[in-house]
Amino acid sequence: MSDPRLARPDDPPLMALRDVTLAFGPKVIQRNLSLDVRRGTIFAVMGGSGCGKSTVLKAMIGLLRPREGRYIMDGEDYWAGSEERRTEIGRRRFGVLFQNAALWSAMTVGMNVALPMQMFTALDEPSIRRLVMLKLGLVGMEHAVDQLPSELSGGMRKRAGLARALALDPDILFFDEPSAGLDPISASRLDDLILNLRDGLGATVVIVSHELPSLFAIADDGVFLDAKTRTVIAHGSPTALRDGCADPQVQAFMRRENYDAEAGGKV
Amino acid sequence: MAAGTHPTWRHIAATDRDVLALGGDWIAQSGAIPQFSPECLTGSAAGRTIAFDTAGLGRWDTGLIEFLWDAKRTAASAGLRVDGSGLPEAARKLLGLLPDRLATAASPSHRRFRPLHALGGKTLGMLAELGALAELLAVTTSGAVRALVARARMRAVDLLANIRAAGPQALAIVGVVNFLVGAILAFVGAVQLRKFAADIFVADLVAIAVVREMAGVMTAIVMSGRTGAAYAARIATMRGNEELDALAVVGIPASDYIVLPSVLALVFTMPLLYLYGCFVGILGGFVVALAMLDITPLGYFHQTVEAVPLDQFAFGFVKTVAFAAMIGVTSCRIGLLAGRSAADVGVAATKAVVVGIVGVIAMDAVFAVIADIVGI
Repeated sequence: MSDPRLARPDDPPLMALRDVTLAFGPKVIQRNLSLDVRRGTIFAVMGGSGCGKSTVLKAMIGLLRPREGRYIMDGEDYWAGSEERRTEIGRRRFGVLFQNAALWSAMTVGMNVALPMQMFTALDEPSIRRLVMLKLGLVGMEHAVDQLPSELSGGMRKRAGLARALALDPDILFFDEPSAGLDPISASRLDDLILNLRDGLGATVVIVSHELPSLFAIADDGVFLDAKTRTVIAHGSPTALRDGCADPQVQAFMRRENYDAEAGGKV
Repeated sequence: MAAGTHPTWRHIAATDRDVLALGGDWIAQSGAIPQFSPECLTGSAAGRTIAFDTAGLGRWDTGLIEFLWDAKRTAASAGLRVDGSGLPEAARKLLGLLPDRLATAASPSHRRFRPLHALGGKTLGMLAELGALAELLAVTTSGAVRALVARARMRAVDLLANIRAAGPQALAIVGVVNFLVGAILAFVGAVQLRKFAADIFVADLVAIAVVREMAGVMTAIVMSGRTGAAYAARIATMRGNEELDALAVVGIPASDYIVLPSVLALVFTMPLLYLYGCFVGILGGFVVALAMLDITPLGYFHQTVEAVPLDQFAFGFVKTVAFAAMIGVTSCRIGLLAGRSAADVGVAATKAVVVGIVGVIAMDAVFAVIADIVGI
């Protein structure tokens, strides 16, 4: 690709986890986790239920401090910086779509999108209003600007959450299960949207998902986490893992076959 | 980010098409994004094409898309064709996601000032609410009766857990509040009664006030704020999580499963808390009286026993049962009526406390009148 915003293969990764151990109290979720997210890619964190996908996402957006290991964010050690610095990174660079959209329920959809802009930009109200309409328009939600989150369906809430994640034009977007709970048409529209946002805004996307059609359609890199050994068992794009990974669990996941973890093979 | 060049645009009317020439950096957060002026296209006949010249375009983000969308909507309403081939591919893709026209948003219902309408609506709403409360009370009572014959769908463990939360765990706060109220009464009484050398009657004052009014009302207010709010918040959260729907699907009525144990727990524990409150309140008065006045402990004790016959306790006991039922039923009802969002849970909890406290005091006034009539 000739777009200067996209990475060349020898560029340093935009985000990197190095030998990271993630744990809640005594409960270790993932250990020896290393991954590289290159600029401009759509990076998928894959794995079965309960393997710690969402926890990895939490670590990457700075909500969970790794017990061990380092998190390199665009060349700087994320956790070595001050709290202000981390907040600054989160505000300027991260846009997060949470699993249940996490819209602020006391505000209308429009106010949800406007709040980050009101708090952190010097834009005047009419400009904010126009940008709110634009962001909602991009996700096809401009008609719901004055509605409350409780009046929306699950898919609409998710799209509104995406509009809010885009509020400050972040260059890294995190999606936690974006297409879970959406019908196939909405899910594929969301996939297109993610691709267009990546191409259009030059954003890097980290996506946690186990929706195979979405993964094959959009992700161009990724890791596969294992719930049992609590570590990464494969690196690569979903398509590459499907076609080239020998691990039986990865194969079973990618081809939707039954897999018995105890027996260590297909059933 | 380096402050880039200012975004600029020009409208060029060529013979066969309108061209918008864009230049400079189009960054949304710079706040410098120009507004597209629809007037420049008014001269263009329907069917003409709008194209874009982006040779001078620098960096851009959604700010550019915002401008392009304005142009696209204007073009659509004027019947013009948009040729996006001159745009960067990514911008064309994003523009493609945006609709041609803004759907007229469902306008928020206009609130007009109609006081009579509002008053009538409020009155009808309140009457309906009273009816609904009475119904819930009836359903709960019938559930309680069925529970006696072990036919209600209530689990003993839920009832016991509720009793534990409403009873033993409330002892500390109920104790503190009642002790202090008793002490305050003794202070107030001591100052006045000392003037008449009627020191010993502080015991009467404290005992009668605590047993008749203060212990019951104070306990009920504390329980309304502590347990009533908790019920309302819990049920409202369950509603938000569709837990109540899940109960309904398996055929467990919310009135039996949630409301009944909650109300019963309050009805069981509050009279006991009242008796405990009486004891602690009198103790508070006793401590202050001994410290301030020239009274013997035995004299104070004797005077207290003389002052409050047993029927006073019985009256207070009945009152707190009524308070407990009222707090339990209204709190649960408010929870069941709550909306599904986080803000609604807060609203429900607040409402439960307000209704509970006002209700307790209003009911207490009614009881006072009744007591006067029957001569207790």
